Amino acid sequence: MCLGVPGKVLSISDDGMSAQVDFFGVQKELRLDIVDVPVTVGDYVLNHVGFAIRRIPPEEVGETLALFDQILKEAAAGDLMAEDVRGEMAAGKDAGGESGRG
Amino acid sequence: MTASGKVGLKHGAGGRAMRALIEEVFLGLASPVDGIGLSALDDGAAIRVGDRWLVITTDSHVVHPIFFPGGDIGRLAVSGTVNDLAMMGATEPLALTCAVILEEGFPRDDLVRVRDSMLEASREAGAPIVTGDTKVMGHGEVDGIVLNTAGVALCDRVVTDAGLRVGDRILVTGSVGDHGMAVMVKRHQLGIQGDLRSDVAPINGLVRAALLAGGEDVVAMKDPTRGGLASVLHEMAGKARVGVLLDETAVPVNAEVRAACEVLGIDPLVVANEGKAVIGVRPGAADRVLAALRAHPLGRHAAIVGTAITDRPGQVILDTGLGRRLLAEPDGEPLPRIC
Amino acid sequence: MASPFDELKFRDPERARALTGALQREVDAAGRTLSLMHVCGSHEQAIARFGLRAAFPRSLDVIMGPGCPVCVTDTPEVDEAVALAAQGARVCTYGDMLRLPGNSKSLADAQSDGGNVEVVYSVSQAVDLARQRPAEQVVFFASGFETTAVATAAVLLSGVPENFSVLSAHKYVPAAMDVVSEMKETNIEGFIAAGHAATITGWGIFEPFAARTRTPVVVAGFEPLDVLAAVLELVRLVRAGRHEVVNCYPRCVSKEGNGPALEKLWKVFDVVGGNWRGIARVPRGNLELRPEWDHVNARRRFQIDTAAVGGSSRNVLAEHCICGTIMSGLARPSDCSLFGKECRPDSPVGACMVSSEGSCKIWHVYGGPPDLREVA
Repeated sequence: MCLGVPGKVLSISDDGMSAQVDFFGVQKELRLDIVDVPVTVGDYVLNHVGFAIRRIPPEEVGETLALFDQILKEAAAGDLMAEDVRGEMAAGKDAGGESGRG
Repeated sequence: MTASGKVGLKHGAGGRAMRALIEEVFLGLASPVDGIGLSALDDGAAIRVGDRWLVITTDSHVVHPIFFPGGDIGRLAVSGTVNDLAMMGATEPLALTCAVILEEGFPRDDLVRVRDSMLEASREAGAPIVTGDTKVMGHGEVDGIVLNTAGVALCDRVVTDAGLRVGDRILVTGSVGDHGMAVMVKRHQLGIQGDLRSDVAPINGLVRAALLAGGEDVVAMKDPTRGGLASVLHEMAGKARVGVLLDETAVPVNAEVRAACEVLGIDPLVVANEGKAVIGVRPGAADRVLAALRAHPLGRHAAIVGTAITDRPGQVILDTGLGRRLLAEPDGEPLPRIC
Repeated sequence: MASPFDELKFRDPERARALTGALQREVDAAGRTLSLMHVCGSHEQAIARFGLRAAFPRSLDVIMGPGCPVCVTDTPEVDEAVALAAQGARVCTYGDMLRLPGNSKSLADAQSDGGNVEVVYSVSQAVDLARQRPAEQVVFFASGFETTAVATAAVLLSGVPENFSVLSAHKYVPAAMDVVSEMKETNIEGFIAAGHAATITGWGIFEPFAARTRTPVVVAGFEPLDVLAAVLELVRLVRAGRHEVVNCYPRCVSKEGNGPALEKLWKVFDVVGGNWRGIARVPRGNLELRPEWDHVNARRRFQIDTAAVGGSSRNVLAEHCICGTIMSGLARPSDCSLFGKECRPDSPVGACMVSSEGSCKIWHVYGGPPDLREVA
């Protein structure tokens, strides 16, 4: 719900219960009790109140940017379609009211 | 005041609440002086003596923990007072005083360590400690050690914090948030490791360089201690009745400080600094003052970060690079946020 | 000073401009004001922090609903914590809860009055404190939604010392959306679901909601690009009349959520009815410890004397507080007669002004809906 910050796993404790995580300038120990899948060194994890709550699959980072671009593309395509429709409607109007409506 | 009519911790935190307390209670002490007195609520006071100004300031230090990465309460005590004098334009301190209140049981070794720090800082600043006072209170009656320092200096021209005009540029002498984050992380045992180090240092030499380069075009100065850069910008904007537009992307922040702030949900702009100054400069002189700062070892990361504007006098607008918003006046000690 | 954040900090100004441009076109094409709601204080913070509202189209209204877990924590719950501090326990709390007023006092007041109140960043810190002080009773005032409750659950399941107990004020996020959707007066056309709660619960739980209420739901992350992309997607869903759930935060959110975390959550907590501050009864809004955990439940361990707290000063101003209406998205902070006058961040009357994620606080701090397009 709140303040989840991503970091990179530097090392994992022997009992596997905690990890030393790098937040791009500071490090913090996080507990691994509730992370969704096992983590390994080099993984990204999402921190919330001192617990890792998610392993962020590395490929997801690139895929997120792709998702944004996809949303942008669909919005643009929607605009283009709207343009086409508007164009057709305008053309229909120009042709005059000869479609049989009284 | 809190619901129970008592002083709360927020009243010492450097923000709005503390200003309110000072205005409501302590301004009653003010009386007219030939110069800049209590009612100006500036970093220090300036009294006319002949054709010069006598600048005086005092500070009490209660920082905990007393030893922190980058410094300690001794260095803080000397730097804080030297810097307050410098913020008024008095960069050659004549003398400092030092009064100490100790708790029974305070380790003598720690006291010697604090003394050594004070001596080192005093030498860096060229500010001799000439007199003092010593008190000891019973165990539990005071928290470890309280240091008070006062400083005096003479100068020819006083620079207040109220001199901004529309169009003036605002500079900061280096990275922000260093001191507050170093102390906070240590104090609250937040379990964050990283190279977080206080920037505590006397900066009178740095300020002297700026004044030499800018002369009368340096029109406002203040050091961003409690309440950080945000607090200072509000003061400067409020006293001069101008707005301030701050370019967030231009404000220097160390990677470690930025990371710690992200993790804890704290804005580096409201975090305390103890070795930095915010300087208001007429637009024509901004570049040469910046160059003078950057040429000094303590000013390598100086930057021009803002401008005084006509809109919204007394308020600070932050350009985030993605949008704009108002920058709040800080209220109380920043707390790590979860939700 | 460049920081090596770029990989996971989606803050690229160029993409942001593209997204806001597309958003403007979509909203213009809709030809009416669109009202969308989010239910997460951190989303409001992200929008406010980066100044995104100044970049949103004017006919787009992104309203904050009851998504601040501190704001919806009711006065009796705060009174319980204050009473425990007065009764000699060391009460540990997350920072945001410190200044929330109960009937007359906050934990900050209790601290000023000499009570032992500690701000912690993690529940494990509170447990460590209990271990360090075996002679004291240490009570963790557990606030936050289920994202935070899983941490409390994990800690209890891994064993705590005898002098440690939990006073649960945890809340359950899906109830926030239910509450708003049941109000006849709202005209919310789409919801933005809280990304980190969804990391735990999964986005599947919103499908029945979307179908029942016939409103689209997007799950959004908290970086500026996450928010902009999700809002854009939601506007498109609204315009297309599609009542679906779309996950715009796939790097953290899956359909099923975080299985291990959910298992622990439900082993320790149960969803119960309770009062949400300003909103009154919310049938499935609170998380309370299951009976098996009575031995660490502060409400069972102690006789909590809330009557002894704070004497007689009944806050008259509270009668004028409209936090509940604001949290339901039916009024704005500026509609409240107390806003900015008697109710300010340094002297809050209502909960929305206390928490850094309360809409009134955020509006006050950022000067209202910042419309800073025309700045010299």
